[in-house]
Amino acid sequence: MSGPRLAAALAIAALVGAPFVPMGGMRQYVLHVAIQIFIWAFIGSAWSLMGRFGLVSLGHGAFLGVGAYTTVLLWNHFRLTPWLGGPAGVGLAVLVALVLGYPCFRFRVVGHYFGLVTLAVGEVVRLLIIAERDCTDGSLGLTLKTAGGDSLLAVQFADKRVFYYAALLVWLAGLWIWHRVDRSMARAALEAIGEDETAAASVGIHVTRFKLGITVASAALTAFGGALYAQYITYVNPDTLSGIGVSLKIVFAVVLGGMYSLLGPLIGTALTTALSEGLRIAFGLKFLGMAETIYGVLLIVFIIFLPAGIAGGARRLVGRRVAPVTASPA
Amino acid sequence: MDPIFLVEAAINGILLGGVLAVLALGLNLIFGVLDIVWIAYVDLVMLAMYAFYFMVQGHGWSVWVAGPATLVVGALLGIAVHLLIISPILTSAPINQLLATGGLLFFLQSFATFLWTTDHRSVRLSLPSVEIGGIFLPFTRVIPFAISILAMLALYLFLRHTYIGTAIRAVSQDRDAMALMGANPQRVYVVTSAVGGAMAGLAATLLSFQYSVHPFFGGQFGPLTFMICVLGGLGNMVGAFVASFVMSEIIAIGGVMFSTEMGYVIAFVVFIVVMFARPGGILARRE
Repeated sequence: MSGPRLAAALAIAALVGAPFVPMGGMRQYVLHVAIQIFIWAFIGSAWSLMGRFGLVSLGHGAFLGVGAYTTVLLWNHFRLTPWLGGPAGVGLAVLVALVLGYPCFRFRVVGHYFGLVTLAVGEVVRLLIIAERDCTDGSLGLTLKTAGGDSLLAVQFADKRVFYYAALLVWLAGLWIWHRVDRSMARAALEAIGEDETAAASVGIHVTRFKLGITVASAALTAFGGALYAQYITYVNPDTLSGIGVSLKIVFAVVLGGMYSLLGPLIGTALTTALSEGLRIAFGLKFLGMAETIYGVLLIVFIIFLPAGIAGGARRLVGRRVAPVTASPA
Repeated sequence: MDPIFLVEAAINGILLGGVLAVLALGLNLIFGVLDIVWIAYVDLVMLAMYAFYFMVQGHGWSVWVAGPATLVVGALLGIAVHLLIISPILTSAPINQLLATGGLLFFLQSFATFLWTTDHRSVRLSLPSVEIGGIFLPFTRVIPFAISILAMLALYLFLRHTYIGTAIRAVSQDRDAMALMGANPQRVYVVTSAVGGAMAGLAATLLSFQYSVHPFFGGQFGPLTFMICVLGGLGNMVGAFVASFVMSEIIAIGGVMFSTEMGYVIAFVVFIVVMFARPGGILARRE
């Protein structure tokens, strides 16, 4: 086995074995943090699938909310198992992505405009959830009805280890998809489109089809992540799962970690989670908002000084040490 | 439904539209010159609203003193944002610029939570209403509307008839040419940010008449303000002015006919559809 592969295999083995390491009373807490990191890193990877090609969506909360709410509502009102409700949510998110994406790409809504249109879509989903309060309980949020104990059918488990392995698996699947896209022809095509749409079209790249494809994939994975998160937390709220706030949080974690790198979303999510958890433990609720304050400052500093994110910056640093004579004349 | 409610909603829409137009013009001015959307623009308004609140409630200043002071606070905030955040990334990718001001949004919201908690604070101005033909017009809405119209006139005169105003318009037409003419765009950027910030300060004063301030105030008007700017055509001042009234009417009438949230939903859906049909904004000429 080559070096990187061996390292990856060892890392995965360590993650699989982690829940069995004796941690005393800390186990539940450590698992809880790890599950959240995996799920949000997965969602971040889903976002960066399209984000890295200049399709910067500021409305991924729309897909997240659709996935989570569809699953929870179908279970609460009709007792439909999340095994069917989840795919229904993903299907609905794909539909939203198509209805939004097709005209956007057909009419060349790009750059700022694409960002702001997606932002509007995220807000529309949030406001619709609040407006339909008879069915969704509005801004109070909705608690997943319990199945009465562990149930595979309802995807409800008291033992956090089940969710830990599920989240780990989903995160790895997300990385695999990201890697597949990274190695595919679609990457070359999408990069060309990101550089210059007209030029890409002139060499025979079907611009709308490629853009729509990656958007649908990204939306589907995000909705799936939302459904999984809802199953784990067993509570959904329009403000934490849709709208501008969560949409920006997804983007920021990815940008912080590095949106052009495989592990960027994980690094970004782990860092932001560690920061907010650490400050919460250190100061309790006394300094409400302090974590996000530091987080905001870090973001600005990173975008000014390290726009490729931590992973991108580290890679450049390593690359410089290996090959120091790549400096361009500019 | 009694038609009088609709008339009342329509009038309230116009009155709100005036204040929204101040916000939209401030943001649009900055966009036109710097080519950057300040995502955190309405969060600067939030900060200025706190300043106004503390001046009036904390120090007992008269509204007539606190208002202009808030304008100055806004202008200083605008300059600070430009010098600290915008000027280092003036040449980076547009998306990084968008994200940097997004980081500022996070910072301002959470720092305000940290300093002042999430309590709603209101200046509580009690002003009478006038009744015209069975419709009540509260002065807390009429006065901000009148002031915002005056402020927009002042902005127009400033841009048309002063030297620096002309320079601002020149930069927004062609930045590179302006630099080639030997002018210093940096100074124009700072002045523009100051004027945009002052507009935010003014909007803060006017909004304080009707709304209470809390750290997440920006979320209430932020998305709406960007959408108005885009709807009117980014950088197009007349378009932003018209779009403010279009959006505020949709929200006001939709709010009365369905619910507040549905009013916003309709407005946002209109925005999305218009983006497909006329990406350059409602007043753009078709190519």
